[in-house]
Amino acid sequence: MARVVVDVMLKPEILDPQGQAVQRALPRLGFEGISDVRQGKRFELEVDGPVDEAVLARIHDLAESFLANTVIEDFTVRVEEVAGAAK
Amino acid sequence: MTARIGVVTFPGSLDDRDTQRAIRVAGAEPVALWHKDKDLKQVDAVVLCGGFSYGDYLRAGAIARFSPVMDTVIDQARAGLPVLGICNGFQILTEAHLLPGGMLGNDHLHFICRDQKLRVENADTAWTTDYTAGQEIHIPLKNMDGRYVADQRTLDELEGEGRIAFRYLDVNPNGSLNDIAGITNAAGNVVGLMPHPEHAVESLIGTGRTDGLPFFTSILKKLVNA
Repeated sequence: MARVVVDVMLKPEILDPQGQAVQRALPRLGFEGISDVRQGKRFELEVDGPVDEAVLARIHDLAESFLANTVIEDFTVRVEEVAGAAK
Repeated sequence: MTARIGVVTFPGSLDDRDTQRAIRVAGAEPVALWHKDKDLKQVDAVVLCGGFSYGDYLRAGAIARFSPVMDTVIDQARAGLPVLGICNGFQILTEAHLLPGGMLGNDHLHFICRDQKLRVENADTAWTTDYTAGQEIHIPLKNMDGRYVADQRTLDELEGEGRIAFRYLDVNPNGSLNDIAGITNAAGNVVGLMPHPEHAVESLIGTGRTDGLPFFTSILKKLVNA
């Protein structure tokens, strides 16, 4: 079994008020030196069976058509080893 | 004979009954449509109403866009069926790529509910012929994800082709680019906007104005005269 992680972020040119609110809270918490924060989404997909090229391609399609709205968001797809899982 | 206008109910829709009532007040016949049905019951037009379809999980309108009823709505809208998306309906139309751009959370991060002044920019769409271009109207606005965004090329195209149907006046309530409150597709049959015309069709309630009624009389005239 393997895990595929899809990270979705707003495109860089699009304003992220949630990230800005987080960034503005940092000095009050004693965190200095953080000039910008952007907030995104992370999807963890547990895949039955091996993750081969075909599976990754299907997940890429899923991310492009559903998990992300590519009009406003960018996404990345990567395989993550699940700790303790049999290889 | 009058026109039959469908109103889709998704799980989480809020304004389906108000929309049906507005259609009736305008003199047309509302037809209830269900999100699980591909069948549009041979309606002459469709309204996607406000609410929080499927809880707005993932993104506003993102899951509704893949519902069975939307398969048919998307096909028929591309073939010319008039479709109006109000608030969540507008979000669904952008997610379905029937309208360009996307909708994000209000820039101030709060839910907003106010009577919003708008300017009608395009009175030639299927849903706006009973307005005049440049007319100023008041329509209730209530949403969390009302910020219209698009890349510069899309904005230039919308501006250049007169496809911005409504613009916010006095206050930009959500950070929408170019003060955009509503847009139309190139053919003029698909229109989406964030404010709620169905809440402004009777003088007895709300603001006491009926500034939203022309949406429903416009489409009725178009369909009856067709």
